[in-house]
Amino acid sequence: MVEVHLWSGLKAYTGGAEKVEVEARNVGELLRGLVRAYPDLEPTIEAGVSVAVDGRIIASSLTEPVSPENEIYLIQRLKGG
Amino acid sequence: MAPDGNMTNGFKVVGTRPKRPDGVDKVTGRAKFGADANAPGMLHASIVRSPHAHAKILKIDTSKAESLKGVKAVVTRADFAEGLTGENWNILENVMAGDTALYDGHAVAAVAATTALAARDAAKLIEVRYELLPHVTDVDKAMAADAPVIRSGAADKSVPEGMHPNVVRYHESGHGDVDKGFAEADLVIEESFKTEATHQGYIEPHACLAQLGPDGKGEVWCCTQGHFNVQKVCAALVGTETSQLRVTPSEIGGGFGGKTVVFIEPVALALSRKANRPVKLVMSRSEVFRATGPTASTSMDIKIGMTREGKITAAQGVFRLQGGAFPGAPMEFTAMCAFAPYALENVHQIGYDVMSNRPKQAAYRAPGSPMAAFAVESVIDELCNKLDLDPIEVRLKNASKEGTKASYGPKFERIGLVETLEAARAHPHLTAPLAEGQGRGISCGFWFNHGGETAVSLALSEDGTVAISVGTPDIGGSRASMGQMAAEELGIPYENIRTTVADTATLGYNEISHGSRVTYASGLATIKAARDAVKKLCARAAAKWGIDEEAVVWEDGCAKPSGPNAGEFEPLPLAKIARSMGRTGGPIVGHYEATPEGAGVSFATHIVDAEVDKETGQTKVVRYTVVQDAGKAIHPTYVEGQFQGGAAQGIGWALNEEYIYGEDGRLQNSGFLDYRIPVASDLPMIDTVIVEVPNPGHPYGVRGVGETSICPPLAAIANAVSNAAGVRLTELPMSPPRILKALNDQAHG
Repeated sequence: MVEVHLWSGLKAYTGGAEKVEVEARNVGELLRGLVRAYPDLEPTIEAGVSVAVDGRIIASSLTEPVSPENEIYLIQRLKGG
Repeated sequence: MAPDGNMTNGFKVVGTRPKRPDGVDKVTGRAKFGADANAPGMLHASIVRSPHAHAKILKIDTSKAESLKGVKAVVTRADFAEGLTGENWNILENVMAGDTALYDGHAVAAVAATTALAARDAAKLIEVRYELLPHVTDVDKAMAADAPVIRSGAADKSVPEGMHPNVVRYHESGHGDVDKGFAEADLVIEESFKTEATHQGYIEPHACLAQLGPDGKGEVWCCTQGHFNVQKVCAALVGTETSQLRVTPSEIGGGFGGKTVVFIEPVALALSRKANRPVKLVMSRSEVFRATGPTASTSMDIKIGMTREGKITAAQGVFRLQGGAFPGAPMEFTAMCAFAPYALENVHQIGYDVMSNRPKQAAYRAPGSPMAAFAVESVIDELCNKLDLDPIEVRLKNASKEGTKASYGPKFERIGLVETLEAARAHPHLTAPLAEGQGRGISCGFWFNHGGETAVSLALSEDGTVAISVGTPDIGGSRASMGQMAAEELGIPYENIRTTVADTATLGYNEISHGSRVTYASGLATIKAARDAVKKLCARAAAKWGIDEEAVVWEDGCAKPSGPNAGEFEPLPLAKIARSMGRTGGPIVGHYEATPEGAGVSFATHIVDAEVDKETGQTKVVRYTVVQDAGKAIHPTYVEGQFQGGAAQGIGWALNEEYIYGEDGRLQNSGFLDYRIPVASDLPMIDTVIVEVPNPGHPYGVRGVGETSICPPLAAIANAVSNAAGVRLTELPMSPPRILKALNDQAHG
């Protein structure tokens, strides 16, 4: 299981939890696992999110590996000007 | 160096300042920009725009226009795809209004005719009957209970119950206990700030030439930061297949985020399909102001607590951003960037995305971050003043470092904020005496940077020269830096390489040139494509020598046996291998396609001296120094240019630029005479210091530099102006009337 930190605004979709656990080996599995566990997260995840793995921000790639040793944060999708 | 490894020193070409490859074309007028594209039988188009801020469209009568000589096609919303959802629907609704005009300048119809004059005349003959609706253009008023609703049901699920329907997205993040932190502070300052919308102010208006046949095949030539995105969005909006639409980018006369989106290309395509002829569409400056994508305007509340020793004990911010009549104001970036420079145990930030009757906002260099820095760094400056603390030392005491838990959650990797602060502290600017009436301001700034989908191809010619194809429009000197990185890898002269921005039919999908990603992501892809080519070159040498490929190394532009055991062979230079490549296995082309995810975040520290005339309220920036972490500067002149450009645009944003709306909701200053961007005589020489703390996610350590440079200026200038005027300025722009009002308010208690 990997531990995923959510931003506070998502608490409404996870029964108040800001930290949740899902079974995942990569970012894609992590996002799918979040939606399975908390279906209300789906619109947010579908709209686009980034995943910070040990501080490295994964903006797009679903194949980046994750493991229980990683510090994982869900953050909002990055774009720029 | 290992073929796949990283290097941070020992460069031969990287870090030098070769001539820019587009220089001669641009100074001689040979460069082709968006409006320079022409085609046989081409028509000219004009767009009819709403003069109202908010109005129901009751009827559009095109009959008089269609009967005008030379008119070949008229389009309205009915001529675009139906059934779109999500952001594609938002873009279409912005490109061509449906049943409601949502802002002054909103497109409601378009016409194509044989001449530009006929098109403009025909546009005037299109009769639109409106029913006026109440409007709102101010962010705070748009959130008030009695505000007119821009569009019901636009809010997503994140918005707390009870908010006005114009609040369409909500963000909340942070950690620790801010109440506990504020209780530990010796001084707590709470202040509110406002910033007006500004425009990127690119010199080249949007322009395109489009052709779409009844078979669904089409072509677009346009000025854009992302032609693959133009292809994808246009295909959806006109209802054709993506691959049937080929998009070629022109040279670009500035973008700064404002050309990451689509405004006129789908209109030109729809007109072309109807007329069965190519259609050219060029925006006027007034149209650029009224109907493209300025920044969001903001209303912000900041509260920060600090000890007498300068430690920040808690920080919180509320950030309200209006982004026009559509969701998308970058309030989450405002919230996430606001306190990122500081290591905080207790921090909390809230963001609101608010709709109003203004044009759909677009990105502008580090979208959302400059406004946050303005508010936060102003309060930190005020705390330093009141506690009699040195502003650099306070920032160093609280600075984020590698391993710091960022205000937005994760721990930072290797970052260079401390190094920029130390370089600023050592700079002679910081201790230079100030004249009467002058004040000094300091600010830090932060931006994430980005990677994104990227594909690069690198082809050898028989004469030993190299052609690189990239899919990211060159908005900041990337053709030069790609050439330098390829020259470094291949060991050939920079002058032997030409880099071209290829069209959508040539390469795989490339994300837009945004997020300061090009030198990082296309650069990484160029290095990897060069290494792919080197591998193939080594294989050809191995075959010629009859030895294993692993026994060949690439050094100084030549294939060489890797040691005495590999045999004694004369080194084979690239040109010699290339000359015979057709007979030794075929063309040699290196490729790389990936989504690099190692864009390192970046920080900057700016120092500004400003002089305020208390009689007129006029401000002059008299000295400016930018210190920023570039990771590794590939072409230092371009990096310095990015630093200076960000500072110059920041000076305009801080002092003069603003969208001014009348009571009728119409934009009052849609031209450069009334919307005042800085010109050369408004600016001092902007000094630059390049700090290089390598990004571990790039083979040479590159970090993006294009956006971070605009994060600190608003705050640094506001701090300088406030210190010069002796009164805290909390609204941008700090135009003479605002400064006089602040002085007057202070004088009268």
